[in-house]
Amino acid sequence: MGKTYQPIFRNKFLPYLLILPQLALAIAFFLWPAAVALYQSVTRTDPFGLKTSFVGLAHFKSLFLDSRYLKSLQLSFIYAIIITVTSIGLGLLFAIAANDKKVPAGRFFRTILIWPYALAPSIAAVLWLFLFQPSIGLITKWLKMLGVNWNYTINSSQALALVSLVAVWQRLPYNFIFLLAALQGVPVEVIEAARLDGASARRIFWAVVFPLISPVTFFLCVVNMGYAFFDTFGIVDALTKGGPAGATEFLCYKVYRDGFVNLRLSISAAQSVILIILGIILTIAQFRFGEKRVHYE
Amino acid sequence: MQRFFISIVLSLAILGSFSLAQVPPGRIEVEFWYANKGLLGDALVALVNKFNEAQDRYWVTAVYKGGYATTMADAIAAFRAGQAPHIVQVYEVGTATMMAAAQLGAVYPLYQLFADTGVAFDFDQYIPAIRGYYSLLDGRMVALPFNASTAVMWYNKDAFRKAGLDPDNPPKTWAELRDAAKKIAASGAAEIPFTVSWLPWTMFEQLGALHNVPFATKENGFGGLDTELALLDHPLYLRHLENLVAMQNEGTFVYVGRDTTPDGTFPAGKAAILIASSALRGRIQQEANFEWGETYLPYYPDIVEQPYNSILGGAALWVMRRPDATKEHYKAVAEFLAFLSQPENVAWYHTYTGYLPTTVPGYELAKSQGYYDKNPGADIPVLQLMRGPTTENTRGIRLGDYGAIRDVIYDEVEATLQGKQSAMDAIKNIVARGNEILRNFEATYR
Repeated sequence: MGKTYQPIFRNKFLPYLLILPQLALAIAFFLWPAAVALYQSVTRTDPFGLKTSFVGLAHFKSLFLDSRYLKSLQLSFIYAIIITVTSIGLGLLFAIAANDKKVPAGRFFRTILIWPYALAPSIAAVLWLFLFQPSIGLITKWLKMLGVNWNYTINSSQALALVSLVAVWQRLPYNFIFLLAALQGVPVEVIEAARLDGASARRIFWAVVFPLISPVTFFLCVVNMGYAFFDTFGIVDALTKGGPAGATEFLCYKVYRDGFVNLRLSISAAQSVILIILGIILTIAQFRFGEKRVHYE
Repeated sequence: MQRFFISIVLSLAILGSFSLAQVPPGRIEVEFWYANKGLLGDALVALVNKFNEAQDRYWVTAVYKGGYATTMADAIAAFRAGQAPHIVQVYEVGTATMMAAAQLGAVYPLYQLFADTGVAFDFDQYIPAIRGYYSLLDGRMVALPFNASTAVMWYNKDAFRKAGLDPDNPPKTWAELRDAAKKIAASGAAEIPFTVSWLPWTMFEQLGALHNVPFATKENGFGGLDTELALLDHPLYLRHLENLVAMQNEGTFVYVGRDTTPDGTFPAGKAAILIASSALRGRIQQEANFEWGETYLPYYPDIVEQPYNSILGGAALWVMRRPDATKEHYKAVAEFLAFLSQPENVAWYHTYTGYLPTTVPGYELAKSQGYYDKNPGADIPVLQLMRGPTTENTRGIRLGDYGAIRDVIYDEVEATLQGKQSAMDAIKNIVARGNEILRNFEATYR
């Protein structure tokens, strides 16, 4: 970025007019709902909005005094890390394989790998339900033959494993596409040069390729954390409804359950405000600490 | 090829515009939001169509809004925007919220609707245990029970035979049920000897009603918002949960998830005994390829000699107020609801869907049509609901944010079944956490 360009607008209002659609969308779908959530979180209101009273930070206080909420917070972090690490790791593995021209039918696998991304999370979950339903699922049957007592409706670790599996499966295509594109963008000359220097394939990957694709990997870390924190309630709702005994009750599912199913709007609003703040902190933190290790060209 | 697609799109668009603009001129239109799909949705739409054809003054537009939770949330959001549907179908969990909304003027109580519009309506024809669930303490009915169900016990007769049990003499008490489940487990007649759907509803609420034991103070919440869970006031609930844990540990009870998730295990032949909604009948009839039976819920004979009535599940129709609705609109609503309560419509809906007949004449009509002779056991839920006089403990449950309380019950019971806490801890936690939810609900309306 040597030169900066100063665009020239003859009309003073034109630039504002041009960003207006984007601004309107941001206000309508991000800022306005966030403001309403903030307002609702400090009130106590009935679902019909007929009786509203100001309660200050009472909802926040009761949330942070609730050991179950703190457990849910911890659980959400564990879940987000599992999903981010596994789906990026697998995505990278598949991308390396697909980038390798020696792998037969690479195009075919590439297409197949992208498919799950087109599914809505709840539909993806229902598909997996057919396989893992505790009494009639297909894979359940095989697991039982192997002597595994598969019943995720009462076994906490199995429940967490299942919702993680579905989320990773859903997330994999997205990571795959980005990483594949990044790998294809690595200049061949650099790799050739390293090879001439006698570097092993492993060494080439870690010393040359990995640093070169690090901006994409970093971007995916941010995006996948966001996905795990905010977008997985459909999977949880279809599979476990937060159970058993809170084993899959992540923050975003609690917001959905309390707000949209149980109509406890104020408490749900307080939780979503916490979630918004958490999202902001998480993103800032990742940029501050993560970006230092990223090499942009 | 392209032209072919264009013509399809065009014809779809034309069809769509027809179905949108179907209100005949001169008719007063009211909106009805419902939450049933499949066979149940078809039955509901058939009744709406029948009403629209039977007269030429009013027109009911039925709109499917998704599941129960979505329909209720959408109707409330629409109310806030001044666009509430005139009629909305709300599940039993939302009853306390809708009752509170009636107090605040968002819901038009049924007794007032019929008094204001002058449309004739016989409140007394409703089966008391069904009517009481949607009435005020003084008996005035606030909402119209529509698809009503209760909990019953389904059992696999083939599995019973295999286990050496008498298929025509199903267990009546919990002790008998446990013995039967042991025999089923020992003989390997079924993978799951016994399981339950809707655990908070079937193992706590129904249990209390059957034994005439309170679930919550203030007449199970009917008497005011300052109610508290009463699960510690009588040993029944603890005893039953301990019983379930013991059965799980010996392999006679298997927990297979929340809400309707366990339903499928019965028609698939995996579960030999299932306690679930009476409305499951249609699905079992369709899917089960073995001989099955339907019977009364089990009880503890040392607590009650004769069990009391079970309580209601399902949904009711609520009339909502909206700023632009005139008296004529509400007259249309009243006429439609009165039409739904006619014996032939009640009986038809009952026999078509497997839900309960909500009125006594509707039940009598189904009986005289020979429905129960052709479908043995189909009258069990009605008889179970009608037995004994309804008491303050058997009228139903009216607790605020009840869905959240049910979530707590699931949560604590699951932790107990996992062996993480004792049954006593579970009951204590349910009471403490449930009361917190109730206090918050009370504070909202204070």
